[in-house]
Amino acid sequence: MSMPFYVSPEQLMKDRADYARKGIARGRSVVVLGYDDGIAFATENPSRSLHKISEIYDRIAFAAVGKYNEFENLRVAGVRYADLRGYSYDRADVNARGLANAYAQTLGTVFTTESKPLEVELVVAEVGADESGDQVYRLSYDGSVADEHGFVVMGGQAEHLGTKLADEWRPGMSLPQVLGLAVRTLGAQAEGEPRAIPAGQLEVAVLDRTRPRRAFRRLTGALLEDLLGGTAT
Amino acid sequence: MTTDHHGRLPRAFTTPGSSSFVDFVAGYAPDLLPGRRAVGGSDASAAAPHATTIVALSFDGGVVMAGDRRATAGPMIASRRIEKVFAADEFSAVGIAGAAGLAVEMVRLFQLELEHYEKIEGTLLSLDGKANRLAMMIRGNLPLAMQGLAVVPLFAGYDLDRGAGRIFSFDVTGGRYEEHEYHSVGSGSVFARGSLKKLWQPALDAEAAVRVAVESLVDAADDDSATGGPDMVRRIWPVVATVTAAGYLRVPEESLGDVVESVADRRRREHERAAPAERAEQAEGDRQGGADR
Repeated sequence: MSMPFYVSPEQLMKDRADYARKGIARGRSVVVLGYDDGIAFATENPSRSLHKISEIYDRIAFAAVGKYNEFENLRVAGVRYADLRGYSYDRADVNARGLANAYAQTLGTVFTTESKPLEVELVVAEVGADESGDQVYRLSYDGSVADEHGFVVMGGQAEHLGTKLADEWRPGMSLPQVLGLAVRTLGAQAEGEPRAIPAGQLEVAVLDRTRPRRAFRRLTGALLEDLLGGTAT
Repeated sequence: MTTDHHGRLPRAFTTPGSSSFVDFVAGYAPDLLPGRRAVGGSDASAAAPHATTIVALSFDGGVVMAGDRRATAGPMIASRRIEKVFAADEFSAVGIAGAAGLAVEMVRLFQLELEHYEKIEGTLLSLDGKANRLAMMIRGNLPLAMQGLAVVPLFAGYDLDRGAGRIFSFDVTGGRYEEHEYHSVGSGSVFARGSLKKLWQPALDAEAAVRVAVESLVDAADDDSATGGPDMVRRIWPVVATVTAAGYLRVPEESLGDVVESVADRRRREHERAAPAERAEQAEGDRQGGADR
Protein backbone atom coordinates (compact mmCIF):
# COMPACT_ATOMS: atom_id res chain seq x y z
CA MET A 1 0.00 0.00 0.00
CA SER A 2 1.47 3.33 -1.02
CA MET A 3 1.57 6.23 1.39
CA PRO A 4 -0.42 9.26 0.23
CA PHE A 5 1.72 12.37 -0.17
CA TYR A 6 0.94 15.33 2.02
CA VAL A 7 -0.56 18.20 0.05
CA SER A 8 -1.12 21.51 1.84
CA PRO A 9 -4.67 22.88 1.73
CA GLU A 10 -3.41 26.02 -0.03
CA GLN A 11 -1.84 23.94 -2.77
CA LEU A 12 -4.95 21.74 -3.07
CA MET A 13 -7.27 24.72 -3.51
CA LYS A 14 -4.87 26.43 -5.87
CA ASP A 15 -4.65 23.34 -8.05
CA ARG A 16 -8.40 23.02 -8.18
CA ALA A 17 -8.83 26.71 -8.99
CA ASP A 18 -6.23 26.53 -11.74
CA TYR A 19 -7.92 23.46 -13.16
CA ALA A 20 -11.33 25.17 -13.20
CA ARG A 21 -9.97 28.44 -14.57
CA LYS A 22 -8.22 26.66 -17.41
CA GLY A 23 -11.40 24.86 -18.40
CA ILE A 24 -13.43 28.05 -18.34
CA ALA A 25 -10.93 30.09 -20.36
CA ARG A 26 -10.96 27.46 -23.12
CA GLY A 27 -14.48 28.33 -24.30
CA ARG A 28 -15.87 31.38 -26.04
CA SER A 29 -16.85 34.48 -24.07
CA VAL A 30 -20.35 35.52 -23.04
CA VAL A 31 -21.11 39.21 -22.60
CA VAL A 32 -23.99 40.59 -20.53
CA LEU A 33 -24.83 44.26 -21.00
CA GLY A 34 -27.46 46.50 -19.47
CA TYR A 35 -29.38 48.78 -21.83
CA ASP A 36 -32.23 51.27 -21.38
CA ASP A 37 -35.07 48.71 -21.71
CA GLY A 38 -33.43 45.67 -20.15
CA ILE A 39 -30.42 43.37 -20.15
CA ALA A 40 -28.84 41.88 -23.27
CA PHE A 41 -26.84 38.63 -23.49
CA ALA A 42 -24.63 37.64 -26.40
CA THR A 43 -22.14 34.94 -27.26
CA GLU A 44 -20.62 33.33 -30.30
CA ASN A 45 -22.37 29.99 -30.58
CA PRO A 46 -22.92 28.21 -33.88
CA SER A 47 -25.37 25.71 -32.32
CA ARG A 48 -29.09 26.46 -32.58
CA SER A 49 -30.09 24.10 -29.81
CA LEU A 50 -27.27 23.86 -27.26
CA HIS A 51 -27.79 27.18 -25.55
CA LYS A 52 -25.51 29.07 -23.22
CA ILE A 53 -28.18 31.65 -22.47
CA SER A 54 -31.64 30.73 -21.25
CA GLU A 55 -34.75 31.67 -19.38
CA ILE A 56 -35.12 30.75 -15.71
CA TYR A 57 -38.27 32.62 -14.72
CA ASP A 58 -40.47 35.57 -15.64
CA ARG A 59 -37.81 38.24 -15.08
CA ILE A 60 -34.72 36.06 -14.58
CA ALA A 61 -32.24 34.70 -17.10
CA PHE A 62 -29.12 32.58 -16.93
CA ALA A 63 -25.90 32.68 -18.93
CA ALA A 64 -22.95 30.36 -18.57
CA VAL A 65 -19.52 29.48 -19.89
CA GLY A 66 -17.47 26.36 -19.34
CA LYS A 67 -18.44 22.72 -19.60
CA TYR A 68 -21.83 22.26 -21.21
CA ASN A 69 -22.98 19.23 -19.20
CA GLU A 70 -22.15 20.94 -15.93
CA PHE A 71 -23.85 24.26 -16.53
CA GLU A 72 -26.83 22.59 -18.23
CA ASN A 73 -27.32 20.62 -15.04
CA LEU A 74 -27.23 23.82 -12.99
CA ARG A 75 -29.61 25.53 -15.40
CA VAL A 76 -32.21 22.76 -15.05
CA ALA A 77 -31.78 22.89 -11.27
CA GLY A 78 -32.37 26.65 -11.41
CA VAL A 79 -35.57 26.26 -13.43
CA ARG A 80 -36.81 23.65 -10.94
CA TYR A 81 -35.84 25.86 -7.99
CA ALA A 82 -37.63 28.89 -9.43
CA ASP A 83 -40.75 27.02 -10.54
CA LEU A 84 -41.09 25.20 -7.22
CA ARG A 85 -40.67 28.44 -5.29
CA GLY A 86 -43.16 30.26 -7.50
CA TYR A 87 -45.64 27.40 -7.14
CA SER A 88 -45.43 27.10 -3.37
CA TYR A 89 -45.40 30.89 -2.73
CA ASP A 90 -46.18 33.26 -5.59
CA ARG A 91 -44.61 34.23 -8.89
CA ALA A 92 -43.59 37.58 -7.39
CA ASP A 93 -41.57 35.82 -4.68
CA VAL A 94 -39.01 34.35 -7.04
CA ASN A 95 -35.92 36.54 -7.24
CA ALA A 96 -32.42 36.35 -8.64
CA ARG A 97 -30.77 36.83 -5.24
CA GLY A 98 -32.22 33.61 -3.84
CA LEU A 99 -31.23 31.67 -6.92
CA ALA A 100 -27.72 33.17 -6.94
CA ASN A 101 -27.32 32.10 -3.31
CA ALA A 102 -28.45 28.54 -4.05
CA TYR A 103 -26.00 28.37 -6.97
CA ALA A 104 -23.20 29.85 -4.87
CA GLN A 105 -23.71 27.25 -2.14
CA THR A 106 -23.80 24.47 -4.72
CA LEU A 107 -20.65 25.64 -6.50
CA GLY A 108 -18.87 26.23 -3.18
CA THR A 109 -19.75 22.81 -1.78
CA VAL A 110 -18.63 21.04 -4.93
CA PHE A 111 -15.39 23.06 -5.00
CA THR A 112 -14.38 22.09 -1.46
CA THR A 113 -15.83 18.61 -1.04
CA GLU A 114 -15.78 16.85 -4.39
CA SER A 115 -12.80 15.60 -6.28
CA LYS A 116 -13.26 17.96 -9.20
CA PRO A 117 -14.60 21.54 -9.16
CA LEU A 118 -17.30 22.53 -11.63
CA GLU A 119 -15.68 24.17 -14.63
CA VAL A 120 -18.34 26.83 -15.04
CA GLU A 121 -18.92 30.49 -14.54
CA LEU A 122 -22.48 31.80 -14.40
CA VAL A 123 -24.46 34.99 -14.58
CA VAL A 124 -27.90 35.18 -13.00
CA ALA A 125 -29.66 38.37 -14.05
CA GLU A 126 -33.01 39.84 -13.11
CA VAL A 127 -34.56 42.75 -14.91
CA GLY A 128 -36.26 45.37 -12.72
CA ALA A 129 -38.83 48.09 -13.33
CA ASP A 130 -36.04 50.47 -14.37
CA GLU A 131 -32.27 50.36 -14.84
CA SER A 132 -31.56 50.93 -11.16
CA GLY A 133 -33.66 47.84 -10.34
CA ASP A 134 -31.64 45.47 -12.53
CA GLN A 135 -29.61 42.83 -10.72
CA VAL A 136 -26.70 40.96 -12.23
CA TYR A 137 -24.86 38.33 -10.19
CA ARG A 138 -21.71 36.68 -11.41
CA LEU A 139 -20.84 33.32 -9.87
CA SER A 140 -17.45 31.67 -10.06
CA TYR A 141 -16.45 28.00 -9.96
CA ASP A 142 -15.56 28.31 -6.23
CA GLY A 143 -18.93 29.72 -5.21
CA SER A 144 -17.89 33.35 -4.91
CA VAL A 145 -20.60 35.83 -5.90
CA ALA A 146 -20.16 39.30 -7.30
CA ASP A 147 -22.97 41.82 -7.66
CA GLU A 148 -22.16 43.44 -10.99
CA HIS A 149 -23.39 46.70 -12.43
CA GLY A 150 -23.76 47.48 -16.09
CA PHE A 151 -21.83 44.74 -17.84
CA VAL A 152 -20.11 41.37 -17.35
CA VAL A 153 -17.76 39.33 -19.53
CA MET A 154 -17.10 35.66 -18.74
CA GLY A 155 -14.97 32.99 -20.32
CA GLY A 156 -12.33 33.17 -23.04
CA GLN A 157 -10.32 36.39 -22.91
CA ALA A 158 -12.60 37.77 -20.20
CA GLU A 159 -10.14 40.23 -18.70
CA HIS A 160 -9.05 41.71 -21.99
CA LEU A 161 -12.63 42.09 -23.22
CA GLY A 162 -13.72 43.50 -19.85
CA THR A 163 -11.35 46.45 -20.06
CA LYS A 164 -12.50 47.09 -23.62
CA LEU A 165 -16.16 47.12 -22.51
CA ALA A 166 -15.40 49.37 -19.54
CA ASP A 167 -14.19 52.02 -21.99
CA GLU A 168 -17.16 51.86 -24.30
CA TRP A 169 -20.20 50.90 -22.23
CA ARG A 170 -22.27 53.63 -20.58
CA PRO A 171 -25.70 53.59 -18.92
CA GLY A 172 -28.80 54.24 -21.01
CA MET A 173 -27.56 52.81 -24.33
CA SER A 174 -30.21 51.52 -26.74
CA LEU A 175 -30.56 47.85 -27.73
CA PRO A 176 -28.95 48.22 -31.20
CA GLN A 177 -26.08 50.14 -29.58
CA VAL A 178 -25.33 47.48 -26.94
CA LEU A 179 -25.66 44.66 -29.48
CA GLY A 180 -23.21 46.44 -31.76
CA LEU A 181 -20.86 46.84 -28.82
CA ALA A 182 -21.34 43.20 -27.82
CA VAL A 183 -20.48 41.90 -31.29
CA ARG A 184 -17.43 44.20 -31.58
CA THR A 185 -16.28 42.99 -28.18
CA LEU A 186 -16.79 39.29 -28.94
CA GLY A 187 -14.91 39.69 -32.20
CA ALA A 188 -11.99 41.55 -30.62
CA GLN A 189 -8.60 39.91 -31.04
CA ALA A 190 -5.41 40.40 -29.07
CA GLU A 191 -3.94 42.23 -32.01
CA GLY A 192 -5.26 43.51 -35.31
CA GLU A 193 -8.77 44.30 -36.50
CA PRO A 194 -11.77 42.67 -34.77
CA ARG A 195 -13.31 39.72 -36.58
CA ALA A 196 -16.74 40.26 -38.06
CA ILE A 197 -19.11 37.62 -36.59
CA PRO A 198 -22.12 36.88 -38.80
CA ALA A 199 -25.57 36.97 -37.17
CA GLY A 200 -25.97 33.22 -37.79
CA GLN A 201 -23.03 32.47 -35.49
CA LEU A 202 -24.42 34.49 -32.61
CA GLU A 203 -26.66 33.49 -29.74
CA VAL A 204 -28.40 36.64 -28.55
CA ALA A 205 -31.21 37.08 -26.03
CA VAL A 206 -32.66 39.88 -23.96
CA LEU A 207 -34.60 40.37 -20.76
CA ASP A 208 -36.93 43.08 -21.98
CA ARG A 209 -38.52 45.02 -19.10
CA THR A 210 -41.32 46.30 -21.37
CA ARG A 211 -42.72 42.80 -21.94
CA PRO A 212 -45.67 41.95 -19.70
CA ARG A 213 -44.82 38.70 -17.88
CA ARG A 214 -42.04 36.62 -19.35
CA ALA A 215 -39.35 39.16 -20.13
CA PHE A 216 -36.97 36.69 -21.80
CA ARG A 217 -36.79 36.69 -25.57
CA ARG A 218 -34.30 35.21 -28.02
CA LEU A 219 -33.26 37.41 -30.93
CA THR A 220 -32.62 35.41 -34.08
CA GLY A 221 -32.78 35.57 -37.85
CA ALA A 222 -33.97 38.70 -39.62
CA LEU A 223 -34.76 40.55 -36.39
CA LEU A 224 -31.20 40.15 -35.14
CA GLU A 225 -29.73 41.15 -38.50
CA ASP A 226 -31.88 44.30 -38.48
CA LEU A 227 -30.75 45.20 -34.99
CA LEU A 228 -27.09 44.62 -35.86
CA GLY A 229 -27.35 46.32 -39.23
CA GLY A 230 -28.46 49.55 -37.60
CA THR A 231 -25.14 49.95 -35.81
CA ALA A 232 -22.76 48.92 -38.54
CA THR A 233 -21.58 52.51 -38.84
CA MET B 1 -37.41 23.50 2.09
CA THR B 2 -35.70 24.25 -1.21
CA THR B 3 -32.12 23.71 -0.08
CA ASP B 4 -30.49 21.01 2.03
CA HIS B 5 -28.59 21.59 5.29
CA HIS B 6 -25.43 22.70 3.47
CA GLY B 7 -27.46 25.29 1.56
CA ARG B 8 -26.66 23.64 -1.74
CA LEU B 9 -29.38 22.61 -4.15
CA PRO B 10 -30.57 19.11 -3.20
CA ARG B 11 -29.71 16.11 -5.35
CA ALA B 12 -33.22 15.96 -6.78
CA PHE B 13 -32.71 19.35 -8.44
CA THR B 14 -29.61 18.31 -10.33
CA THR B 15 -30.83 14.85 -11.31
CA PRO B 16 -31.08 14.83 -15.08
CA GLY B 17 -33.92 13.21 -16.98
CA SER B 18 -37.32 14.66 -16.35
CA SER B 19 -38.71 17.74 -18.06
CA SER B 20 -41.94 17.51 -16.09
CA PHE B 21 -42.55 19.76 -13.12
CA VAL B 22 -45.27 17.45 -11.80
CA ASP B 23 -42.93 14.44 -11.85
CA PHE B 24 -40.23 16.48 -10.14
CA VAL B 25 -42.56 17.69 -7.36
CA ALA B 26 -44.07 14.20 -6.98
CA GLY B 27 -40.59 12.93 -6.17
CA TYR B 28 -39.31 15.85 -4.14
CA ALA B 29 -42.28 17.41 -2.33
CA PRO B 30 -45.36 15.27 -3.04
CA ASP B 31 -47.46 17.07 -0.42
CA LEU B 32 -47.52 20.15 -2.64
CA LEU B 33 -49.46 18.37 -5.36
CA PRO B 34 -53.25 18.51 -5.39
CA GLY B 35 -55.07 15.20 -5.21
CA ARG B 36 -52.45 13.67 -2.90
CA ARG B 37 -54.11 14.95 0.23
CA ALA B 38 -56.39 12.59 2.15
CA VAL B 39 -59.77 14.07 2.89
CA GLY B 40 -62.02 12.71 5.62
CA GLY B 41 -65.75 12.22 5.17
CA SER B 42 -67.60 10.81 2.23
CA ASP B 43 -69.18 13.60 0.21
CA ALA B 44 -67.56 17.03 0.30
CA SER B 45 -69.26 18.38 -2.80
CA ALA B 46 -71.82 20.56 -0.98
CA ALA B 47 -69.12 22.43 0.94
CA ALA B 48 -67.00 23.57 -1.99
CA PRO B 49 -67.97 26.15 -4.61
CA HIS B 50 -68.65 24.70 -8.04
CA ALA B 51 -68.15 26.28 -11.41
CA THR B 52 -70.21 25.54 -14.50
CA THR B 53 -70.63 26.02 -18.27
CA ILE B 54 -67.65 26.10 -20.62
CA VAL B 55 -68.01 25.95 -24.40
CA ALA B 56 -65.42 25.60 -27.14
CA LEU B 57 -65.86 25.61 -30.88
CA SER B 58 -63.55 25.55 -33.83
CA PHE B 59 -63.53 28.11 -36.59
CA ASP B 60 -61.50 28.74 -39.69
CA GLY B 61 -57.98 29.22 -38.30
CA GLY B 62 -58.43 28.43 -34.64
CA VAL B 63 -60.73 27.80 -31.69
CA VAL B 64 -62.88 29.90 -29.40
CA MET B 65 -63.36 29.05 -25.73
CA ALA B 66 -65.85 30.79 -23.47
CA GLY B 67 -67.03 30.37 -19.91
CA ASP B 68 -69.63 32.04 -17.72
CA ARG B 69 -68.71 33.87 -14.52
CA ARG B 70 -70.81 32.15 -11.85
CA ALA B 71 -69.64 29.84 -9.05
CA THR B 72 -72.22 28.20 -6.82
CA ALA B 73 -72.09 26.56 -3.40
CA GLY B 74 -75.28 24.52 -3.18
CA PRO B 75 -78.17 26.87 -3.94
CA MET B 76 -76.09 29.98 -3.19
CA ILE B 77 -74.08 32.01 -5.67
CA ALA B 78 -70.52 31.90 -4.33
CA SER B 79 -69.08 34.28 -6.90
CA ARG B 80 -70.37 36.23 -9.88
CA ARG B 81 -66.93 37.24 -11.10
CA ILE B 82 -64.98 33.97 -11.12
CA GLU B 83 -62.96 33.34 -14.28
CA LYS B 84 -62.92 29.80 -15.63
CA VAL B 85 -61.12 30.15 -18.94
CA PHE B 86 -57.35 30.49 -18.82
CA ALA B 87 -54.43 30.55 -21.20
CA ALA B 88 -52.63 27.25 -20.62
CA ASP B 89 -49.72 28.58 -22.66
CA GLU B 90 -49.29 30.71 -25.74
CA PHE B 91 -51.19 28.34 -28.02
CA SER B 92 -53.80 26.70 -25.85
CA ALA B 93 -56.65 27.47 -23.49
CA VAL B 94 -58.16 25.50 -20.66
CA GLY B 95 -61.63 25.95 -19.19
CA ILE B 96 -62.74 24.41 -15.92
CA ALA B 97 -65.93 22.87 -14.58
CA GLY B 98 -66.30 21.18 -11.22
CA ALA B 99 -64.96 21.98 -7.76
CA ALA B 100 -63.59 25.49 -8.22
CA GLY B 101 -60.75 25.43 -5.71
CA LEU B 102 -59.24 22.20 -7.03
CA ALA B 103 -59.83 23.22 -10.62
CA VAL B 104 -58.06 26.57 -10.26
CA GLU B 105 -55.14 24.83 -8.57
CA MET B 106 -55.02 22.25 -11.34
CA VAL B 107 -54.92 24.99 -13.96
CA ARG B 108 -52.07 26.72 -12.13
CA LEU B 109 -50.13 23.48 -12.04
CA PHE B 110 -50.92 22.73 -15.68
CA GLN B 111 -49.75 26.17 -16.81
CA LEU B 112 -46.56 25.68 -14.84
CA GLU B 113 -46.07 22.18 -16.26
CA LEU B 114 -46.20 23.51 -19.83
CA GLU B 115 -43.94 26.47 -19.09
CA HIS B 116 -41.48 24.24 -17.21
CA TYR B 117 -41.23 21.86 -20.16
CA GLU B 118 -40.79 24.77 -22.55
CA LYS B 119 -37.95 26.24 -20.49
CA ILE B 120 -36.11 22.98 -19.97
CA GLU B 121 -36.51 21.56 -23.46
CA GLY B 122 -36.40 24.83 -25.35
CA THR B 123 -39.42 23.81 -27.44
CA LEU B 124 -43.19 23.71 -26.99
CA LEU B 125 -44.93 20.47 -26.14
CA SER B 126 -47.13 19.15 -28.96
CA LEU B 127 -50.87 19.78 -28.55
CA ASP B 128 -51.49 16.05 -27.99
CA GLY B 129 -48.70 16.04 -25.44
CA LYS B 130 -50.33 18.90 -23.56
CA ALA B 131 -53.71 17.14 -23.58
CA ASN B 132 -52.08 13.94 -22.25
CA ARG B 133 -50.38 15.81 -19.42
CA LEU B 134 -53.72 17.32 -18.43
CA ALA B 135 -55.39 13.89 -18.57
CA MET B 136 -52.72 12.54 -16.24
CA MET B 137 -53.35 15.34 -13.76
CA ILE B 138 -57.11 14.68 -13.81
CA ARG B 139 -56.41 11.00 -13.15
CA GLY B 140 -54.42 12.05 -10.08
CA ASN B 141 -57.53 13.78 -8.78
CA LEU B 142 -59.66 10.62 -8.99
CA PRO B 143 -59.75 9.94 -5.21
CA LEU B 144 -61.18 13.41 -4.63
CA ALA B 145 -63.56 13.02 -7.56
CA MET B 146 -64.97 9.95 -5.81
CA GLN B 147 -65.84 12.21 -2.89
CA GLY B 148 -67.76 14.57 -5.12
CA LEU B 149 -64.91 17.00 -5.84
CA ALA B 150 -64.54 16.25 -9.52
CA VAL B 151 -62.68 18.54 -11.89
CA VAL B 152 -63.57 18.24 -15.57
CA PRO B 153 -61.69 20.66 -17.78
CA LEU B 154 -62.11 21.40 -21.45
CA PHE B 155 -58.89 21.90 -23.38
CA ALA B 156 -58.53 23.59 -26.75
CA GLY B 157 -55.58 24.84 -28.68
CA TYR B 158 -54.03 25.64 -31.98
CA ASP B 159 -52.05 22.71 -33.38
CA LEU B 160 -48.97 24.31 -34.95
CA ASP B 161 -48.13 21.14 -36.91
CA ARG B 162 -51.59 20.72 -38.44
CA GLY B 163 -52.38 24.43 -38.67
CA ALA B 164 -55.84 24.02 -37.13
CA GLY B 165 -57.70 24.41 -33.87
CA ARG B 166 -58.48 21.24 -31.87
CA ILE B 167 -60.67 20.54 -28.84
CA PHE B 168 -60.19 17.86 -26.15
CA SER B 169 -62.64 16.79 -23.46
CA PHE B 170 -61.92 14.62 -20.42
CA ASP B 171 -63.74 12.47 -17.92
CA VAL B 172 -62.97 12.17 -14.20
CA THR B 173 -60.90 9.02 -14.72
CA GLY B 174 -58.50 10.89 -16.99
CA GLY B 175 -59.98 9.65 -20.25
CA ARG B 176 -59.06 11.98 -23.08
CA TYR B 177 -61.36 12.42 -26.07
CA GLU B 178 -60.84 14.61 -29.07
CA GLU B 179 -63.97 16.56 -30.01
CA HIS B 180 -64.77 17.87 -33.43
CA GLU B 181 -66.50 21.13 -34.32
CA TYR B 182 -67.70 22.07 -30.81
CA HIS B 183 -68.08 20.84 -27.26
CA SER B 184 -69.32 21.99 -23.88
CA VAL B 185 -68.81 20.88 -20.27
CA GLY B 186 -70.44 21.71 -16.95
CA SER B 187 -73.95 21.73 -15.56
CA GLY B 188 -75.31 23.94 -18.36
CA SER B 189 -73.53 21.99 -21.08
CA VAL B 190 -76.65 20.20 -22.33
CA PHE B 191 -78.37 23.47 -23.16
CA ALA B 192 -75.21 25.02 -24.55
CA ARG B 193 -74.64 22.01 -26.78
CA GLY B 194 -78.14 22.24 -28.21
CA SER B 195 -77.50 25.84 -29.02
CA LEU B 196 -74.10 25.10 -30.57
CA LYS B 197 -75.60 22.33 -32.67
CA LYS B 198 -77.92 24.82 -34.35
CA LEU B 199 -75.56 27.77 -34.59
CA TRP B 200 -72.21 26.21 -35.46
CA GLN B 201 -71.36 26.12 -39.15
CA PRO B 202 -68.21 25.07 -40.97
CA ALA B 203 -65.79 27.89 -41.86
CA LEU B 204 -67.03 30.44 -39.36
CA ASP B 205 -64.73 33.43 -38.95
CA ALA B 206 -63.42 34.46 -35.53
CA GLU B 207 -65.99 37.18 -35.00
CA ALA B 208 -68.94 34.92 -35.83
CA ALA B 209 -67.49 32.16 -33.65
CA VAL B 210 -67.28 34.52 -30.66
CA ARG B 211 -70.92 35.39 -31.21
CA VAL B 212 -71.93 31.72 -31.35
CA ALA B 213 -70.05 31.09 -28.10
CA VAL B 214 -71.85 33.96 -26.36
CA GLU B 215 -75.24 32.82 -27.72
CA SER B 216 -74.70 29.30 -26.38
CA LEU B 217 -73.73 30.61 -22.95
CA VAL B 218 -76.82 32.81 -22.86
CA ASP B 219 -78.94 29.75 -23.72
CA ALA B 220 -77.22 27.73 -20.98
CA ALA B 221 -77.79 30.49 -18.42
CA ASP B 222 -81.43 30.65 -19.48
CA ASP B 223 -82.12 27.10 -18.34
CA ASP B 224 -79.39 26.24 -15.83
CA SER B 225 -79.43 27.91 -12.44
CA ALA B 226 -75.72 27.30 -11.86
CA THR B 227 -74.68 29.16 -15.02
CA GLY B 228 -74.60 32.94 -14.94
CA GLY B 229 -75.75 34.97 -17.94
CA PRO B 230 -74.15 38.26 -18.96
CA ASP B 231 -74.73 40.72 -16.10
CA MET B 232 -76.11 43.85 -17.76
CA VAL B 233 -76.25 45.81 -14.49
CA ARG B 234 -72.68 45.25 -13.36
CA ARG B 235 -71.41 44.80 -16.90
CA ILE B 236 -69.81 41.42 -16.17
CA TRP B 237 -69.39 39.51 -19.42
CA PRO B 238 -68.34 35.91 -19.97
CA VAL B 239 -64.63 35.24 -20.50
CA VAL B 240 -64.15 34.58 -24.21
CA ALA B 241 -60.78 33.83 -25.79
CA THR B 242 -59.57 32.86 -29.24
CA VAL B 243 -56.53 30.70 -29.94
CA THR B 244 -55.08 31.04 -33.43
CA ALA B 245 -51.68 30.91 -35.12
CA ALA B 246 -51.11 34.32 -33.49
CA GLY B 247 -51.59 32.78 -30.04
CA TYR B 248 -54.06 33.08 -27.15
CA LEU B 249 -56.06 36.27 -27.23
CA ARG B 250 -58.76 37.23 -24.77
CA VAL B 251 -61.61 39.08 -26.46
CA PRO B 252 -61.54 42.61 -24.98
CA GLU B 253 -64.39 43.73 -22.69
CA GLU B 254 -65.60 46.50 -25.01
CA SER B 255 -66.09 44.35 -28.10
CA LEU B 256 -67.58 41.58 -25.95
CA GLY B 257 -70.00 44.16 -24.53
CA ASP B 258 -71.15 44.95 -28.07
CA VAL B 259 -71.68 41.25 -28.85
CA VAL B 260 -73.64 40.70 -25.64
CA GLU B 261 -75.79 43.78 -26.25
CA SER B 262 -76.58 42.75 -29.82
CA VAL B 263 -77.47 39.17 -28.76
CA ALA B 264 -79.75 40.54 -26.03
CA ASP B 265 -81.20 43.09 -28.41
CA ARG B 266 -82.12 40.55 -31.05
CA ARG B 267 -83.69 38.25 -28.46
CA ARG B 268 -85.70 41.14 -27.03
CA ARG B 269 -87.00 42.05 -30.49
CA GLU B 270 -87.92 38.44 -31.26
CA HIS B 271 -89.69 38.18 -27.94
CA GLU B 272 -91.66 41.36 -28.62
CA ARG B 273 -92.62 40.18 -32.09
CA ALA B 274 -93.98 37.00 -30.52
CA ALA B 275 -95.59 38.90 -27.67
CA PRO B 276 -98.86 40.21 -29.28
CA ALA B 277 -99.90 36.67 -30.20
CA GLU B 278 -98.95 35.47 -26.75
CA ARG B 279 -100.95 38.23 -25.08
CA ALA B 280 -104.00 37.40 -27.19
CA GLU B 281 -103.70 33.71 -26.19
CA GLN B 282 -103.34 34.69 -22.60
CA ALA B 283 -106.40 36.93 -22.75
CA GLU B 284 -108.36 34.08 -24.38
CA GLY B 285 -107.22 31.72 -21.66
CA ASP B 286 -108.26 34.19 -18.97
CA ARG B 287 -111.73 34.54 -20.47
CA GLN B 288 -112.26 30.79 -20.66
CA GLY B 289 -110.77 30.26 -17.22
CA GLY B 290 -113.09 32.93 -15.85
CA ALA B 291 -116.08 31.22 -17.45
CA ASP B 292 -115.08 27.83 -15.98
CA ARG B 293 -114.75 29.36 -12.58
